[in-house]
Amino acid sequence: MIQPRFKAGDQVRVMKSYPPGHLRTPYYIRGCVGEVERLCGAFPNPEELAQMRDGLPAQPLYRVRFLQHEVWPDYGGNPRDVVEIEIFQHWLEPA
Amino acid sequence: MATKEVGKYQPLSYFQLMEVTLRELLVEKGVLTQAEVDGEVQAMRERTPERGARVVGRAWTDASYKERLLENGTKACEELGLDVPALKLVVVENTPQVHNAIVCTLCSCYPRMLLGIPPDWYKSRSYRSRMVREPRAVLAEFGLQVPEGVQIRVHDSTADMRYLVLPMRPEGTEGWGEERLAALVTRDSMIGVSLPKHPGTRP
Repeated sequence: MIQPRFKAGDQVRVMKSYPPGHLRTPYYIRGCVGEVERLCGAFPNPEELAQMRDGLPAQPLYRVRFLQHEVWPDYGGNPRDVVEIEIFQHWLEPA
Repeated sequence: MATKEVGKYQPLSYFQLMEVTLRELLVEKGVLTQAEVDGEVQAMRERTPERGARVVGRAWTDASYKERLLENGTKACEELGLDVPALKLVVVENTPQVHNAIVCTLCSCYPRMLLGIPPDWYKSRSYRSRMVREPRAVLAEFGLQVPEGVQIRVHDSTADMRYLVLPMRPEGTEGWGEERLAALVTRDSMIGVSLPKHPGTRP
């Protein structure tokens, strides 16, 4: 298992990267900055699993909380509304 | 399965044809038996939202259970004899300040082990794309007006976690037992697109 780099409360940025293949990082969240809500554990990397490999070493997976109005600049609701997404560590960098 | 115009010829769709072909091949080659396939379909049908409602009913009546449920959803379900195979369950609690709702924008990840087969709308492109973009409008279409001051948390289950909303216990249910409470808990209230039934509602 790869060592976790982040902990709850850390500010992280999702990489704005568009590699081909099977990915579990939605387009809409790439490039956005959020706060780590929790470390969910470590799981085999789905991008590797999709290529019939074992996905090991396991990648730390985080739940990251994003303010809606930062994801969608024209967001109309409460300014504290959030969206929480699971993101694998190799998609995150410190912000 | 919903039957459409019974007795009329319906051509198989692309995916139906693929399913039949693959299943027949697997059976023919001895990888699976038809009985195993039937057993799995049966088990899938038997997983209904009543399973999730039991968990909610217990959490509403037992504060220490609720604490364990929020801490580790998978383990807390096992306490009730509900197997939550392999996947990690995260239970998110509604409060007077926070309303939670669940979506999977990438595909249609759903807590099947507690809610059974997902409704068609959950898998629709429209729900999946709009729920993260304009949750208040989508919830309003479900008949749920979330007050402006309440924070909405949308959970996009993109990877290995599955989510279940723990709705707020309805008022007017003081002294109710776990089973009676569970009967108020709807599938949609555990997805977060509606509230539990009102205690005055007939079943």
